Amino acid sequence: MATKVSERGGASAPAKRSPFLVELYRSALGKKYVMAITGIIFMGYVLAHMFGNLKLYQSAAEFNAYAEFLGTILYPIAPDGAVLNVLRVMLLGALILHVTAAFQLTQMNRNARPDSYRSKRDFVAADFAARTMRWTGVIVLLFIGYHLADFTFGWVNPAAEGATLYEKVIASFSNPAIAGFYLVANLALGLHLYHGVWSLFQSMGWNNRRFNHWRRYLAVAFTVVVVGGNLSFPIAVQVGLIS
Amino acid sequence: MTVLDNKVPDGPIESLWDDHKFSMKLVNPSNKRKFDIIIVGTGLAGASAAATLGELGYRVKVFTFHDSPRRAHSIAAQGGINAAKNYHGDGDSVFRLFYDTVKGGDYRSREANVYRLAQVSNNIIDQCVAQGVPFAREYGGLLDNRSFGGAQVSRTFYARGQTGQQLLLGAYQALARQVKAGTVEVVTNAEMLDVVVVDGRAAGIITRDLVTGEISRHSAHATVLGTGGYSNVFYLSTNAMTCNVTAAWRAHRKGAFFANPAYTQIHPTAIPSSDEFQSKLTLMSESLRNDGRIWVPNDPDETRAAADIPESDRDYYLERRYPSFGNLAPRDISSRAAKIVVDEGKGVGPLKNGVYLDFADAIGRLGRDAVADKYGNLFDMYERITGENPYDVPMRIYPAVHYTMGGLWVDYHLQTTIPGLFAIGEANFSDHGANRLGASALMQGLADGYFVLPHTVGDYLAPQLGQPKVDTSAPEFDAAEEGVRAQIDGFLHTKGTRSVDWFHRELGKIMWDYCGMERSKVGLEKALSEIPALRAEFESDVRVLGAADTLNSSLEKAGRVADFFELGELMCKDALVREESAGGHFRVEHQTDEGEALRDDDNFAHVTAWEWTGTPAEPNEHREALDFTNVKLSTRSYK
Amino acid sequence: MNLTLRVWRQAGPDAPGRFETYQATDISEHSSFLEMLDNVNEGLIEVGEEPIEFMHDCREGICGTCGIMINGQAHGPAQSTATCQLHMRSFSDGDELVLEPWRASGFPIIKDLVVDRAAFDRIIEEGGYITVDTASAPDANLIPIPKETADFAMDAAACIGCGACVAACPNGAAQLFTAAKIAHLNVLPQGQAERYQRTEGMVDVMEEYFGSCTNMGECEAACPKGISIDFIATMNKDYRKAKSQNRRSS
Repeated sequence: MATKVSERGGASAPAKRSPFLVELYRSALGKKYVMAITGIIFMGYVLAHMFGNLKLYQSAAEFNAYAEFLGTILYPIAPDGAVLNVLRVMLLGALILHVTAAFQLTQMNRNARPDSYRSKRDFVAADFAARTMRWTGVIVLLFIGYHLADFTFGWVNPAAEGATLYEKVIASFSNPAIAGFYLVANLALGLHLYHGVWSLFQSMGWNNRRFNHWRRYLAVAFTVVVVGGNLSFPIAVQVGLIS
Repeated sequence: MTVLDNKVPDGPIESLWDDHKFSMKLVNPSNKRKFDIIIVGTGLAGASAAATLGELGYRVKVFTFHDSPRRAHSIAAQGGINAAKNYHGDGDSVFRLFYDTVKGGDYRSREANVYRLAQVSNNIIDQCVAQGVPFAREYGGLLDNRSFGGAQVSRTFYARGQTGQQLLLGAYQALARQVKAGTVEVVTNAEMLDVVVVDGRAAGIITRDLVTGEISRHSAHATVLGTGGYSNVFYLSTNAMTCNVTAAWRAHRKGAFFANPAYTQIHPTAIPSSDEFQSKLTLMSESLRNDGRIWVPNDPDETRAAADIPESDRDYYLERRYPSFGNLAPRDISSRAAKIVVDEGKGVGPLKNGVYLDFADAIGRLGRDAVADKYGNLFDMYERITGENPYDVPMRIYPAVHYTMGGLWVDYHLQTTIPGLFAIGEANFSDHGANRLGASALMQGLADGYFVLPHTVGDYLAPQLGQPKVDTSAPEFDAAEEGVRAQIDGFLHTKGTRSVDWFHRELGKIMWDYCGMERSKVGLEKALSEIPALRAEFESDVRVLGAADTLNSSLEKAGRVADFFELGELMCKDALVREESAGGHFRVEHQTDEGEALRDDDNFAHVTAWEWTGTPAEPNEHREALDFTNVKLSTRSYK
Repeated sequence: MNLTLRVWRQAGPDAPGRFETYQATDISEHSSFLEMLDNVNEGLIEVGEEPIEFMHDCREGICGTCGIMINGQAHGPAQSTATCQLHMRSFSDGDELVLEPWRASGFPIIKDLVVDRAAFDRIIEEGGYITVDTASAPDANLIPIPKETADFAMDAAACIGCGACVAACPNGAAQLFTAAKIAHLNVLPQGQAERYQRTEGMVDVMEEYFGSCTNMGECEAACPKGISIDFIATMNKDYRKAKSQNRRSS
């Protein structure tokens, strides 16, 4: 095939450049940075969330007080609930970016192989977590929606009107179906975290041959801590450890 | 018979090339873009020439039958590239590299070309390092060298066992830069099937697109062939499967003389073939001979494993016969020594068709890690192919056809006997005489492409300023295209019973048996009667299936094998008339009492260049006398 | 040994393809995978069927021409081995082998198991070189380069451009190929002047043809030269810097 490569040739004047972040985002590599940075935000969030919830094991009062405290961070320097709402908006923004970038990258990857292999692939390196990122991502996204409706907005929470957050948690997790859903969702989160934590080092270009093998260990440790903590709550309620 | 004019200018050899560069005509920078140059082949020679001519401002069109310029077979060279840098202060110099190359070539190369080659060798290293070729370095950060066969200084630069790859990628990348700059157009999947000659000058080429089957015409002010060597005439060789002689041969049929076709190099260290169905032989870099020791058991009936055979029962035959060069004796000598011991029945391996290349001593002396550092990828490759681990058991090696010193005859300007048609790299015959030293092929390819051809092409083009290139509607283009189409139709309509590969294998057997490591009058005459008979059978009985307007590798191959038949005949003819032994050409009738090659400088210190007459059996012989004024002719001794 | 092959046959770029079943009989375990295919092709020619077109040339694992998806693995089951260096001793008598071409939109199928990998050349043309005109180079030993740096560059430069990384990648991404060339040139002192133009240019062209990386590591596992995905991280870092550097300089 005569590939007339010279048609591409000729140095052209550099095109007008957009702002750095816009330029970066246009590329797939830039979108991966978005995935990684928002991922780091979520990592911080899920870790803090899990640690905070450990107060369930202290007492109802401690737990409720902690929930109260989240609303009054920096009060009275900032208005009541302001910091929490700013954090919420940030998380929401990060979520939108994370999901949008994921969606766009998925589209790109579909286009890169419209005609898939007819025979069964025999994967060597890609583990289950890596290959199921899209699905665990969707499960976690659905779970976030339910979780907010359950505890933040209380729309689907089985507890009575005016119940404390502690009571809402007990009410939800006492239901085996809901507890089961939390377990499944957190296992999905675990898979997502495991690949995501390792992967973000690659996407961010954090790379040093001396430390690279620690990235896997870190991913495992982080996932075990967060998911282990999260799984313990519905289980503790189900077995009557907390009530 | 005519005596050819090699156009070597007069003068002291040290300043010959520099003086000549000054006296050659130049094309003014703004006029360069008025000239079109066609380059066929994108190996080291072709890619480096195309990139350099593009940089200079010529309009370059470069053709490769591969899917990318980077696939050319230069990529497979493992060991290294020579240069007279003398970075290690061991007494190397341009003159010594020149001297070693002439001597290594058994005094059958042209002094002026070889001296120029040695001179520009240093520029090549500079150029490649600047391109980012990751040559091996010492801990101080300076370039490392290794030694190679036929030299007593360490002058070989290398990039692990992938030197050819790295140099080719350097040239390919330089080419890519010119593509981006718009000076060079690369046409991939395009096989050159004819050279068009108009009014005695090369006017262009005919190509076939291997994917669509489209036949097209291309014209230019000058045409350059960098299309490699013809080792595949032997079927089994270390060359890539598609390496062929077609471009050079079709140029030969159009009037370019073919020089010294009998000079073929048998590389001493290839992996022996394992069975009948083998498609190619794999080379193990000659650099292994730096640390490996070659031996066979004394007893032909030896049955013990290599490690169990005591020193007293081993014959380190190279160290015994050539004490000063030992395992680093030149390729032709090492190869024939291996053949001798294997013919004596002392061969090793299941088919008793190899000799041991043993690293036990090196591992003991340097440690396994140091050996792995130097040769790790070669050892891995060996293990992949044979299933044996060379750290534990010695490698088995045997000579294999590897390189062809013969090729299109070119003058000092690298121009063939067709004005406007140049040949560079392995495709020409110029620099290696009757035997090429290790790590010199890469040197020659890049010397021709980067540093010689760009000057000499300018000298050819300068007087043509203002003349348009020949129009591709000229009757000569019509005739050439018709010829190409007729041959393709012929293959598809023969509808015989045997595959192209079958004929190729049979031809290869004849060539190996009678025109291989040893040649005799009787054998060559036998080959000269068998080849035409087999060719006639090929013409009437070959089976090529499929169509011409699609990818059809059998069809491609049929054309190449047809050319191998004609070339094979010429090789045997050339071997028959050269009544002496020199380098890669060993005639059993001409040897010393000790079995060493016996040259006949009185009668054969010349290049034989053959002219096509239309009948393969009756080529016209021409000669170029070789004058040795700077190197004294002597019997090569590596003892 | 005897094997059953299911081979993807496709007459041309736009023709529909299908699997055909062939028997490979009396194959020596010492023969290479491609010699086994040669053998099957000889048999096909004998019975008047068009031979299977497949990519191959040097048959010693360096030219990067060969490449077949064998039983769902690019270049087959052996690690760090190109298809041409795969030997039949990796298989057992009676095995069924499924052979498919590389599949990616950047690698359109030409015929049977042959694909067009010209997109790789387009990536290199966008900066996969160091600009130095012939005969303008300083002495080779002028700039000492630490051995570690030279070795790192060589590790990356070992890429043979076969496309197995793209073929193996579940996303059809060419990060490993592109990153290897970028890393080779970007780590060397000679490559610094064009470091950021090169990185941005090559990545942008890569993304025109290929998918994006999700850090699965299949490319590294399939690579016949064992090129590490660490280079991808290096490329990502340089790309970010390139975007900001090139803004400043433009």
